[in-house]
Amino acid sequence: MTDPDSDLLLQATGLTKTFGNFTAVDGIDFAVQRGESFGFLGPNGAGKSSTMKMVGCVSPVTGGVLRLFGQDPATHGPQIRARLGVVPQKDTLDEELTVQENLWIYGRYFGLSRSEVRSRATELLDFAQLEDRARSKVEPLSGGMKRRLTIARSLISRPEILLLDEPTAGLDPQARHALWDRLFRLKRNGVTLVLTTHYMDEAEQLCDRLVVMDHGKIVAQGSPRSLITEFSTREVLELRFDTDDHAHHGDAIAGIGERIEVLPDRLLVYAEDGDAAAAAVHLRGIQPMSSLVRRSTLEDVFLHLTGRTLVD
Amino acid sequence: MSASVSTPNPQPTPTSTPQPTPGPALWRPVFGCWVTVYKRTWLGSVFGRFLSPLLFVLSMGLGLGSLVDKSAGGVGGVPYLHFVVPGILAAQAMWVAMGESTYQVLGAIRWNMKYQAMLATPIGIDDILLGHLTYVAMQVTGATAIFVGVAALFGSFGSWWVLLALPITVLTGMAFAVPIFAFTATQEGDGGFNILFRFIITPLFLFSGTFFPIDQLPAFLRPIAWVTPLWHGVDANRSLALGSPDLVGVLGHTAYLLFVIAIGGLLARHTFTKRLVV
Repeated sequence: MTDPDSDLLLQATGLTKTFGNFTAVDGIDFAVQRGESFGFLGPNGAGKSSTMKMVGCVSPVTGGVLRLFGQDPATHGPQIRARLGVVPQKDTLDEELTVQENLWIYGRYFGLSRSEVRSRATELLDFAQLEDRARSKVEPLSGGMKRRLTIARSLISRPEILLLDEPTAGLDPQARHALWDRLFRLKRNGVTLVLTTHYMDEAEQLCDRLVVMDHGKIVAQGSPRSLITEFSTREVLELRFDTDDHAHHGDAIAGIGERIEVLPDRLLVYAEDGDAAAAAVHLRGIQPMSSLVRRSTLEDVFLHLTGRTLVD
Repeated sequence: MSASVSTPNPQPTPTSTPQPTPGPALWRPVFGCWVTVYKRTWLGSVFGRFLSPLLFVLSMGLGLGSLVDKSAGGVGGVPYLHFVVPGILAAQAMWVAMGESTYQVLGAIRWNMKYQAMLATPIGIDDILLGHLTYVAMQVTGATAIFVGVAALFGSFGSWWVLLALPITVLTGMAFAVPIFAFTATQEGDGGFNILFRFIITPLFLFSGTFFPIDQLPAFLRPIAWVTPLWHGVDANRSLALGSPDLVGVLGHTAYLLFVIAIGGLLARHTFTKRLVV
């Protein structure tokens, strides 16, 4: 049992969730310290959302041990939830109410007084850049605005941990960056963030530490940089050929770089020096339709660990 | 992105006031949520609340009533208006309860996920049920008070005892609302509501002694009227509104309505938990 005020906010051991015969989360271990920004990266169906629902104390744990603030969700659900902010995958805003009414109503669920809720709402509307929309109905707002409102709403109780399930899924690039900016501010202020994503760039931007999930299991963990160092090379050479089948080109370039990955639409050559690998390909007289050298990303880590890309 | 935008500091410092601990009264903000939503649409709904007693009193009480009184001398010596309106009073509570316990509840589960939003906070299933059902009780009470007021203008009630029919009517409505809440939480779509409406609510409306005494029913059908809540509300209301109430009978009806509400509450807690806590 951990001390409720310790810096270990969240701890899971052998955490399992099954639905009938289907195992969504298969005995995973992780821990999150105060002030950390922790991510679950994985494709759709990897068990990220099921994990988040258990952590959010809305879905009962099937097996293993889960503790938040040293407390058991099975016995202290409401007490734990009072200290969490939740941004669900799908917005659950009251669309027929106004922006500020959404904040007021939600604050009251935490037992906050009307006056307290109103003053916090004013502050949060400013944070979410929605002051001039305070009295508009939610329904016609853009996806990015709704998402910012959902985040503002989750902060009304001044949570110690903010849980974000796919925070920017379905948003355009501009809205994503605006949202990341808000999350950065929270992180700088010491809010502990726990998020899921299937965007590697989001994981790289926001997470100090992350676990890669696949089929309900954790397949790797570490900082984005350490995962890349451990499971990939510094650079990647991407080759595309004017062909339907890239597999036989793989044989032609065998031996170049440390490792070759054949995808349906391109070949990936993992190498410390991508330009040198490109030169080696050229020396063999192979003429790809296009060739591109880039840095390794978490996508490469994921591909290496699971043999699949993140977004199928 | 201006740099002057302030950032709230959601991290409580040790000196800040402690987080409020979830209290036993968290059903109140749930009730408050539904009231806020209602404030957007109250005008249309209140208009309907006034219209419904007007239509019933004019068509059944006065229209059909004049025919019944002329040809049969009322029902058991009582003018048909005085006979039928207390029954319709109980039945309208059933209709209001049905209206408030179906689409809005399914919507909060499936479409707008209001309940899920609540459950991410310290609010629990019991708070959701108590808060939402209190709101439904408020609706039934409002509709019933308007109905009594409008019907009284037409001289529909024989006695001031009708004021006691008001709480009994609300209980009648809730004896439908609570089990329907339990039922709605088992539904995937609104198909089940049509079955409920056609095969349960409408037959009850017609055969629970609302329009004619259940003695007129074939003997084998009467027990059905006895077990369903509507007949108890109709009989208690009629006994009170006619002015010489059988108080023991009224108490018995009240106890039965409370019993149905209690059983419905247990069922609703079960189906809501099964649906929302997975």
